[in-house]
Amino acid sequence: MDLPCGTFHENYAQDMAVIRTGKQWGALVIFLILLIAYPFFVSDSLLSIGIVIGITVVSVHGLNILTGYCGQISMGHAAFMAVGGYVSGILCARFGWSFFAALPFAGLCAGLVGLFFGLPSLRIKGFYLIMATVAAQFIVIWVILQLYSITGGPEGLPVPRPEIAGMVLKSKASYFYMVMIFAVLATIVAKNLVRTRVGRAFIAIRDNDLAAEVMGINVFGYKLLAFFIGCVFAGVAGSLLVHYVTFAFPAQFPFLDSVWYLGMLIAGGMGSISGGIFGVVALKLLDYAVTLAGPAASGIFPALSGPAGAAVGLFIRGLVIILFLIYEPRGLINRWELIKAYFRLWPYSR
Amino acid sequence: MAFLLQLLVTGFAQGMVYALIALGFVIVLKCSKAFNVAQGQFVMIGGYLGYTLLGLFHLPVWLSLIIAIALAIVMGLIVERLFLRPMVGKPVLAIIMVTMGLATIIDAIAVFFWESQYLTYHGLLPTINLSVGEISVPPEILIGIMVSIVAVTLLMIFFRFTRIGLVMRATAEDEQVVQIAGIKVTTVYAVSWAIAWVVGMIGGILLGGQGGVTIQMEHVGLKVLAVVLLGGIDSIEGSVVAGIMLGMLENIAAGYLDPLLPAGGLATVFPFIIMIIVLIFRPYGLFGLKRIERI
Repeated sequence: MDLPCGTFHENYAQDMAVIRTGKQWGALVIFLILLIAYPFFVSDSLLSIGIVIGITVVSVHGLNILTGYCGQISMGHAAFMAVGGYVSGILCARFGWSFFAALPFAGLCAGLVGLFFGLPSLRIKGFYLIMATVAAQFIVIWVILQLYSITGGPEGLPVPRPEIAGMVLKSKASYFYMVMIFAVLATIVAKNLVRTRVGRAFIAIRDNDLAAEVMGINVFGYKLLAFFIGCVFAGVAGSLLVHYVTFAFPAQFPFLDSVWYLGMLIAGGMGSISGGIFGVVALKLLDYAVTLAGPAASGIFPALSGPAGAAVGLFIRGLVIILFLIYEPRGLINRWELIKAYFRLWPYSR
Repeated sequence: MAFLLQLLVTGFAQGMVYALIALGFVIVLKCSKAFNVAQGQFVMIGGYLGYTLLGLFHLPVWLSLIIAIALAIVMGLIVERLFLRPMVGKPVLAIIMVTMGLATIIDAIAVFFWESQYLTYHGLLPTINLSVGEISVPPEILIGIMVSIVAVTLLMIFFRFTRIGLVMRATAEDEQVVQIAGIKVTTVYAVSWAIAWVVGMIGGILLGGQGGVTIQMEHVGLKVLAVVLLGGIDSIEGSVVAGIMLGMLENIAAGYLDPLLPAGGLATVFPFIIMIIVLIFRPYGLFGLKRIERI
């Protein structure tokens, strides 16, 4: 049920097209217009949420390629973001590079660090690989703390906002547009990458690595490539985050974030590019709702002010992810497809 | 020399507690095939509970331990029944995320009841003073070693000589065969989670008695991964040996190398460095079965 009834593929171009029907084009145009109009209509805090969602989408696309498509579970994604963020932050703040010159380096360095921690995947998989990436998380953050003469250590590193043609992106709205351009680009790259030879090799490795090797796929090479690509996405996202906060500090990239990125992937639907976007938006909005609900609840129940309110927020966050996994294990994307199928089949659906 | 020996003694004590906590992780991993991210949270709750029972209510130590263990068993059973039972047969990653959600909920409980403060109950655990030559064994450490040894031994006896222990070992080996033999696997799951909670709580009370308790204590749960890996992921004896080794190595590395490093803090990251080395050169650990597929 991918396409409505009566849509036929009559030539190769049609078969390969991502967007097939007029309605899909319409939906895309409406979505982009809404995206452009978004900063004009929302409050400051919602705009911040929008920026963070854009950055996280870039990062989670990387994780989706690595975990959702290639099957290599990574619990150190925030650390790879930290590498990217610090590289571009240091290049801009200490060496006076422009943001757009530093960004490719940020991606490259994060990719290379990812490659290094992907090396154990030569011999191990599953639980063992998870442990290697957990180790990556802590080692990377520790190294950043050790190099405090250039990274600023625990105090952090002030980072300038990017500049385009002499114009500094000071306002949140301008940064929102830049992040969204990157998010859309990352989505296009990710969506197309997984349809190429490389992407199909990833899927083959995920589904059965032995069979993939028998078919002539260089399993180790492609695994490392998946680590590299996934971490390049993370590096770019980390760089965007650091330049948005205009400050780089180790606590920005905690282990919990690494796990929550996986959570977003599962909530949205693994191994589906739009699933990743769904997951990010859903969980970030949940976070936002929880932060709103805390003070609101303390207004009704005065006992819930201060730490207790924060505790309730945390509690809801944990409970939602658990209930989600129990009742919607295939992710939001599955529910979305079911809803679409319902309307396509109507009145014969039930 | 005295410095080295002092480090070794401290490391041994710390390692024993690591081994105890690692056992909880290994048992859950072996019996219910769940990679439990929340093990560190059990430890943290244990520490806070230790503060409440010993520091706040001034209960005797034996009563506190009994209360903590009873509470741990109840928590283990509740957690297994509510959160893990519905996930039986689901993908590995989904189960990891459920334990992650569980970790978040336990964090919330800690923030709610103890407001994530730094609390100490120094000197409330019974102390035994012992000094050999120049080395003095810190009193809390000795009780830590003793409790850990007793707990680990009890667990070993439990696995070796009781019926449910045998069933648990069988489940770790092959779940389907156990089911065919007419044994309820769900009981095994429940018991394994209860054990994980019990050892986590005891470990937490011991660690809290030594260095106080904060919400940061949950990082022990991740350090313990290195112990599990070094000992071999499916070996109970292995995690005891590896725990002691890692505790000693960590203390020696921190004691000798920290002054040479620009920012120090080697103890927090040392287990992870060991982890990477083990993963690259000997992924089945010291005592694990060489069952990892070569790919």
